[in-house]
Amino acid sequence: MKKQQNKLAGLQKQKAIAGYIFISPFIIGFLMFMVKPLLQSLYMSFCEVELAAGTFNMVWQGIEKYRYAFRGDADFNRLVVEEFVQMMINSVAIMVFSFFVSLILNQEFKGRALVRAVFFLPVILSSGIVLGLDTNNSLMDTIQVSVQEAASGVSVTGALESILRTAGIGVRAFEKVFEVIDQIYDIAIASGIQIIIFLSGLQTISSSMYEAADIEGCTAWESLWKITFPMISSMFLVNWIYTIIDYCMRDTNQVIEKVQTVMIQNINYGLASAMSWIYFVIMIAFVGITSLLISKGVYYYD
Amino acid sequence: MTKTKVKQDSSFWERNRKSEGYLLRKTIFKYAVSIARFILLFGMCFLILQPILNKISVSFMTLDDIYNPTIVLIPEHPTTEHYKLAYQLMDYKNAFINSMVISLTIAIVQITVTTLVGYGFARFDFPFKKFWFACVMMVILIPPQTISISLHLHFRYFDILGLHKLLTGDSINLRGSVLPYYLMSLGCMGLKNGLYIYMIRQFFRNIPKELEEAAYVDGCGTLMTFVRIMLPDAKPILTSCFLFAFVWQWTDGFYSKLFLGNVSLLSRNLDTLVDTLGTYLMRILGIKSTVPPAYGNAILATGTLMFIMPLIILYLFAQRGFVESLSSSGIKM
Repeated sequence: MKKQQNKLAGLQKQKAIAGYIFISPFIIGFLMFMVKPLLQSLYMSFCEVELAAGTFNMVWQGIEKYRYAFRGDADFNRLVVEEFVQMMINSVAIMVFSFFVSLILNQEFKGRALVRAVFFLPVILSSGIVLGLDTNNSLMDTIQVSVQEAASGVSVTGALESILRTAGIGVRAFEKVFEVIDQIYDIAIASGIQIIIFLSGLQTISSSMYEAADIEGCTAWESLWKITFPMISSMFLVNWIYTIIDYCMRDTNQVIEKVQTVMIQNINYGLASAMSWIYFVIMIAFVGITSLLISKGVYYYD
Repeated sequence: MTKTKVKQDSSFWERNRKSEGYLLRKTIFKYAVSIARFILLFGMCFLILQPILNKISVSFMTLDDIYNPTIVLIPEHPTTEHYKLAYQLMDYKNAFINSMVISLTIAIVQITVTTLVGYGFARFDFPFKKFWFACVMMVILIPPQTISISLHLHFRYFDILGLHKLLTGDSINLRGSVLPYYLMSLGCMGLKNGLYIYMIRQFFRNIPKELEEAAYVDGCGTLMTFVRIMLPDAKPILTSCFLFAFVWQWTDGFYSKLFLGNVSLLSRNLDTLVDTLGTYLMRILGIKSTVPPAYGNAILATGTLMFIMPLIILYLFAQRGFVESLSSSGIKM
């Protein structure tokens, strides 16, 4: 009996060692390329970084850089607040959009494969650099202004907007809605991965559940709320986190642009570090709080 | 054939009458739903495809056509001039080969390493497993911009434990070379590698334990189990991760800017295409002039098309397996 236990312990130990060997690349990489730079950049944000030939010095300054980022810099506060609000609106819109699209794409109809292929195309095409190309260069900016001026009178949403405005119903709330509708293209091309994740969740729900509900007299609307929603609620959490992270890492993000400018053009490494840490902490706090709230509503079926 | 149809039709009304109009209502509802769905999906597909179609039509237009307000989609004088110019300005041949080689090798390295790590997390129990997996989540969460500054300096004054400095009195400048990025990929710290680890782990977790035990009983060691039993099963998820890695590397601007500064890459050349066009025009005309917006736009559209063409071809070939494997493998939390 004892011998057997020993043997088991040996096997477990062997497995533990094998496990560590398998994940060793991650551990090494994590320590070398993540922990060290992270700590260094945290330290750097409290310092004045002086570049010299062949080396660099860091002079401790305390929270001077943070104070400057908030009080001294002209744009930083405004950009952070703007991006934050924009991120919230966009993320909610992306969640709603991808949820409904995945509901539709999960149904049986002719040409489903084709439609799916089109919807996942943005995952491939609008990543990285291609995304910023249309808006990100000075040339397009000048065209865009004139195009928008020319188009503002003729668009359907514009006409609808002016009608609803004069009617005077909840003007502020409507403005946000219109903003979202105007950005429907951005939202559609940003929600490829989210649709895939929702679809994978939808496909794990067994159809017998719907059949049972149907026989009991459940309408489709009811089974959406009573079956579909709880069953894929964990996907909401995953998607929410992914959406926010994805939004933060865009090249078009203005705060990121600001940090890059400070770093590369002004060569102020300390200030750039401080700015990115401020942004990072705000985002992590936001992700943490919201996912805690969402995870309370998540239902696990096991 | 027609007879049965007529019979069916008559029986439809018959059945409808018997069900007190319920069948008719249900059928109408069904058709209404599919028409609404068609309109909705058609609109959204058009929304996604429209910019690409627009770019295609603009890329064939001559300058006259672009400025002609009566021409919207089909050019009057189709031309391939833009393609030739964009080919030349983007240094296409060189950049294409460079991009291809770098994206392929990086994707292979990244997927190999992340597969090992994902497998380790999925199938083994070891102390501090939760902690290390939390670290993986952290890698997904931390935007690379946060550490980019420090990485910048890290590779500018690169040294392994101060050994090189001890020998030659100077640190190695690895900025602008390809090496740092390969090193980072080997350490799972490349572009979105945390996500691949997560996806691959989810896949391996779903494989029943009995399979592994049977292999163990039959005398298969840990490594053999991994190579002979687990890997062949994981082909679909590995293919989609590989595609992701390849495509995201191909379009990546951030890491390329940071590490691959002096390699001629398609993504970087596309990014600066309009500026290159400006200098080119200046050289040809001999005077300093601004690029006409519409012309710049046409060239940029052409360049973008040439940039995404390989990806579209790849996607067309791999599309079915890609989408199906992703949605059926079940990325579960």
